[in-house]
Amino acid sequence: MFDSKVIGMIIEGIRDTLYMTLGSTFIGYALGLPLGILLYVTSDKGLRPNKVIYGIGDFICNIIRSIPFLILLILLIPFTRLIVGKSYGSTATIVPLVICAAPYIARVVESSLKEVDSGVIEAAKAMGASNIQIIFKVLLVEAKTSLFTGFTITTGLLLGYSAMSGTVGGGGLGDIAVRYGYYRWQTDIMIVTVALLIIIFQIIQNLGTFVAGRIDHRKR
Amino acid sequence: MSEIEIKNLTKIFEIKGHTVKALDDITLSIEKGDIFGIIGMSGAGKSTLVRSVNFLEKPTFGSVYIDDTDLSTLSERELRKKRREIGMIFQNFNLLEQKNVLDNICFPLEIAGTKKKDARVRAKELLKTVNLEDKEKAYPSQLSGGQKQRVAIARALATNPSILLCDEATSALDPQTTDSILKLLKEINETLGITIVIITHQMSVVTQVCKHVAIIDNGQLAETGAVDEIFESPSSDAAKELISGKEISFTPLKSLDTKRKIRIVFKENSAYEPVISNMILKFKTPVNILKADTRNVGGTARGEMILALPEDKEVSEEIINYLKENGLAVADYEGEA
Repeated sequence: MFDSKVIGMIIEGIRDTLYMTLGSTFIGYALGLPLGILLYVTSDKGLRPNKVIYGIGDFICNIIRSIPFLILLILLIPFTRLIVGKSYGSTATIVPLVICAAPYIARVVESSLKEVDSGVIEAAKAMGASNIQIIFKVLLVEAKTSLFTGFTITTGLLLGYSAMSGTVGGGGLGDIAVRYGYYRWQTDIMIVTVALLIIIFQIIQNLGTFVAGRIDHRKR
Repeated sequence: MSEIEIKNLTKIFEIKGHTVKALDDITLSIEKGDIFGIIGMSGAGKSTLVRSVNFLEKPTFGSVYIDDTDLSTLSERELRKKRREIGMIFQNFNLLEQKNVLDNICFPLEIAGTKKKDARVRAKELLKTVNLEDKEKAYPSQLSGGQKQRVAIARALATNPSILLCDEATSALDPQTTDSILKLLKEINETLGITIVIITHQMSVVTQVCKHVAIIDNGQLAETGAVDEIFESPSSDAAKELISGKEISFTPLKSLDTKRKIRIVFKENSAYEPVISNMILKFKTPVNILKADTRNVGGTARGEMILALPEDKEVSEEIINYLKENGLAVADYEGEA
């Protein structure tokens, strides 16, 4: 059953899964981090409250987050085709993953920034810091542990979603699990892929927790 | 003109449709090199007042002048530059938890665009000033409250400000640590000539280090002047309340049968003479001592006593005159002793 062909396929699956997960996490952060900062800054207790901008950002985040990922995957097929040129395969899967992740990341970032003590921000203002300096030198620095924890949670979430995209030919371990385990009744292959997903998830989570603990100077 | 001039300052907050007048027509001037206390009960508006000095709170009406500059005429950029001349420390220290002591002190310099190397040299100097040379690599979570406030003071001094604002800076500290922080502030005031504004609800903080004081009650300026004068003869109810440490009761019906009560304050020289003993010997009438206390006012010990006078009005008047002749501050006291 586990001949070199299957093993090769599983290794390829691991590679694709990591590619989709990490790729969508990083591109997701490229969009979600600035959006999260924007939400924080324009919220009514932010550095520069703006009801209109906050309202629009808030609305977009809520809309996308309320669509189930599987539906989003299908809805976005034309858009994916426009960007990547095809609608299947691991690179194509990154598109809906990013669209799904960005508003989620924005929310995670917003809530991390909200945890920063308002007194510290006030102190920075009293020192003559500008809003840009407060964002980059106070907020992002003081919230780094929480931001990193959010990053770990997001990566784990996208690992799960990348597996889900297997149902529509997305590639990776989820794709293998569905094709062999579900359509071909090869339970052993499914169990192996699920076990691999669990191991990858554990590594991400534990590494994240470890690093978050190392960079945190708040308690010792 | 004084270094800080507050003119007809009124601040109105709008909270869910309600308007709250936090400050009502406050006019104050604070001289260069002074240690100026602003005291009031919590909610009196003193924190809003101190935040108006560096325009963290912009006044609804009125103006604030720092060295003859009207802060409301400054652009955002100019205002940020001006704030570098006004250091500030807080009740909760507000240090950056993810930066070590040295980087915390360098922080205002980093914001001002000082070179990192120069900033470090300056930060190390300041660590010496606040006696924390051995803690430069420590993080705030590893420090005690008093040490954190010392770091905050060093940080506030980094940009060489001419004014230091202290917002309840000792309220989270125990009495011994409070004393050491107040001593440090006094030292800074003397050696660097920085004008210090201290916001507090503790009379002991004011009497210990302040030269002048303003008493804020319900958003209004109740009384202002030199600390020793106000301590000797407070004229406003708010001042009396803060000095006696309890609420003055206005129930004359209950105390109709009680004798006249006076509060006397011993000045420096009168503390050497047995004034009360001499008085009793002279008038051959006993007086009831209801309360006696000594306090540190600006470095000198001040005795304070509440006396119940004899019922005979003539004798009472004579006693009061006798005490006044002996250089004591005498005032009627209406509260429960």
